[in-house]
Amino acid sequence: MPKFAAAARSALADTGLRRNLRGGIAAAREREAAAAAELGGWDDLREAGRAIRDAALLDLDAHLEELERAVTEAGGTVHWAADAAEACEIVTGLVRAAGADEVVKASSATTREIGLTAALARAGVTARETALADLAVQLGDDEPSHLLSPALHRDRAEIRELFRRTMPAAGPDLTDDPAGLAAAVRVHLRERFLRARVAVTGANFLVAETGTLVVLESEGNARMCLTLPGTLISVAGIDKVVPTWADMEVFLQLLPRSSSGDRMTPYVATSTGVTAGDGPRAFHLVLLDNGRTRALADEVGRTALRCIRCSACMNVCPVYERAGGRAYGPVYPGPIGAILTPQLRGVDSAADASLPYASTLCGACADVCPVKIDIPDVLVHLRGTVVESRRRRPVPPPELMLMRGLAWTMGDPRRYETALRRGTRWARLLSRGGRIRRLPGLLGKWTEARDLPAPPSESFRAWWTRRRP
Amino acid sequence: MTASGEGPGGGSRAEVLRRVREALGGARGTRPPVPRRYARRLTDDEAVNRADVLALFTERVADNRASVRHVSADELGTAVAAALWGREAKQIVVPADLPFGWLAELDGVRALADTPAVDVDTLAAVDGVVTGCAAAIAQTGTVVLDGGRAQGRRALTAVPAYHLCVVHADQIVGTVPEAVERLDPARPLTWISGPSATHGIEMVRVEGVHGPLHLEVLVVED
Repeated sequence: MPKFAAAARSALADTGLRRNLRGGIAAAREREAAAAAELGGWDDLREAGRAIRDAALLDLDAHLEELERAVTEAGGTVHWAADAAEACEIVTGLVRAAGADEVVKASSATTREIGLTAALARAGVTARETALADLAVQLGDDEPSHLLSPALHRDRAEIRELFRRTMPAAGPDLTDDPAGLAAAVRVHLRERFLRARVAVTGANFLVAETGTLVVLESEGNARMCLTLPGTLISVAGIDKVVPTWADMEVFLQLLPRSSSGDRMTPYVATSTGVTAGDGPRAFHLVLLDNGRTRALADEVGRTALRCIRCSACMNVCPVYERAGGRAYGPVYPGPIGAILTPQLRGVDSAADASLPYASTLCGACADVCPVKIDIPDVLVHLRGTVVESRRRRPVPPPELMLMRGLAWTMGDPRRYETALRRGTRWARLLSRGGRIRRLPGLLGKWTEARDLPAPPSESFRAWWTRRRP
Repeated sequence: MTASGEGPGGGSRAEVLRRVREALGGARGTRPPVPRRYARRLTDDEAVNRADVLALFTERVADNRASVRHVSADELGTAVAAALWGREAKQIVVPADLPFGWLAELDGVRALADTPAVDVDTLAAVDGVVTGCAAAIAQTGTVVLDGGRAQGRRALTAVPAYHLCVVHADQIVGTVPEAVERLDPARPLTWISGPSATHGIEMVRVEGVHGPLHLEVLVVED
């Protein structure tokens, strides 16, 4: 995976992509703002959402044990996975035990995070994405670019071409009318739904008190995953827990209005363990850590775990609007991805370490976040973490060398004045019309995207010394 | 059943819980107070009396792009039949305990009771399904099914292309908190707000993907 700035470059050069992004998220932004404004006391609801998520996280071990007990009592089985590999192994084992070589999957960023589809493929199991946009991403062998609408980087004509190529039943008459494309997906997947023996889903919420799995969706694919196959496997991060059923009254208002801008998402399905004569005969819940406890250990960073994956932050972000979701890496796009991914995966790789810098710190994301995550605050905190982590490397990064040089220069008045004088002279030689368009060497990165004003011929210090009697 | 053969809970249960406890350190076990100042009931701007609540429900169901009609109790049989004729339905599926009167006026429409359970191929082949509901929410235009009386199992309303849902006026509450309070999470719940829809293409809302393409709501006023 390349660094954010490098990955964003190709997206920025693609005008078609930028048009798709701009149009799509502007409409989403308006819908969400209207849905929040319509409900009086939106901020009271956000405040409650924030507090409930904090209460869930600060007593997480007790809530997880309570959840496990409730799910087990309701006839389900709970599995614990420390990392992605273990989660994939558990799911693969369960699918094999059910004797299936194909599973239907409903949208889940968590299963994408652990690379479940590839792991199942290695075991000879085909995982079929069932939500329209997920299917488009899967058929196009592509990366998702938005939490709610993963194929946002494709326009209707591109999706039509893709479906015509990959869906034998769609036929050459398929137009780019979105309703027609949706109908083609319905036909394409219907048989698979009816024959599926195993479904894999994520979870929007897990209610500790009652052991209830809560899934919000709009297409009806998750409802079918939750009811038709004999075995249901849900993979969920340990952060998805909310303490009580009554708490859902807050999130069932915050999430729909912040995510699609609906008053209520078309379908909310809740399922507690196994119900005789209705739905799956076996329910497995896989609880996943995979870096979440690392984030939890950071007092500032842990607020990112409040996230309910609504996608409102990406819809208001000026950086996301231009760079698109794929520059943020394969799983969590947008501002929330910029603070979640480096915490889940650590900042050892250059790509993960570049994410906290993928922001102008304008603060729009914090203003819309339904659980009041102060994303700019966490970004700044993580930039500090990145710098600290590189301090003791054998070869110091250029930024650190520059800062050390500056510290040495500014530590002594004579050295500082000499540097100022020489620097001013060089800078004025580089300037044209009062502006410097390109700095030499590594400093050139700074002038890649902006001009530097030329310094005045005389520094403040020199002028001050001269005017004193 | 154990997950990966290391005793109850299996796998990394102990390890994950240990990491959680270590990560939380001194903060562990604190439960910050939850300020619940948000509205639990409809405001006077939204509804002053019962008639306003029903009117709000009707408006919001229509906003969700479902059809909605008000009928009196003795018109219900005729209204159900009329709705099915309007869809040119020939064969429908119904929960085994659907009140007989709801289907009394059906003529030329075959209703299959879900007893014994009909198979998925039949579910996919029928023209629609008729159910009642457990509760409905005015503010969001939502009907909630909980598998109770006249609702049947979840698959009945997940597969067919058309869902006709009968709501009794006294089942309609104002807000989401009122509905959450009234519903039992131990039962499988399905909250339905309009037909199947997607934002998957250019983030434009389009009706009709996997779930019912048409939702019709009959509000019975007594």
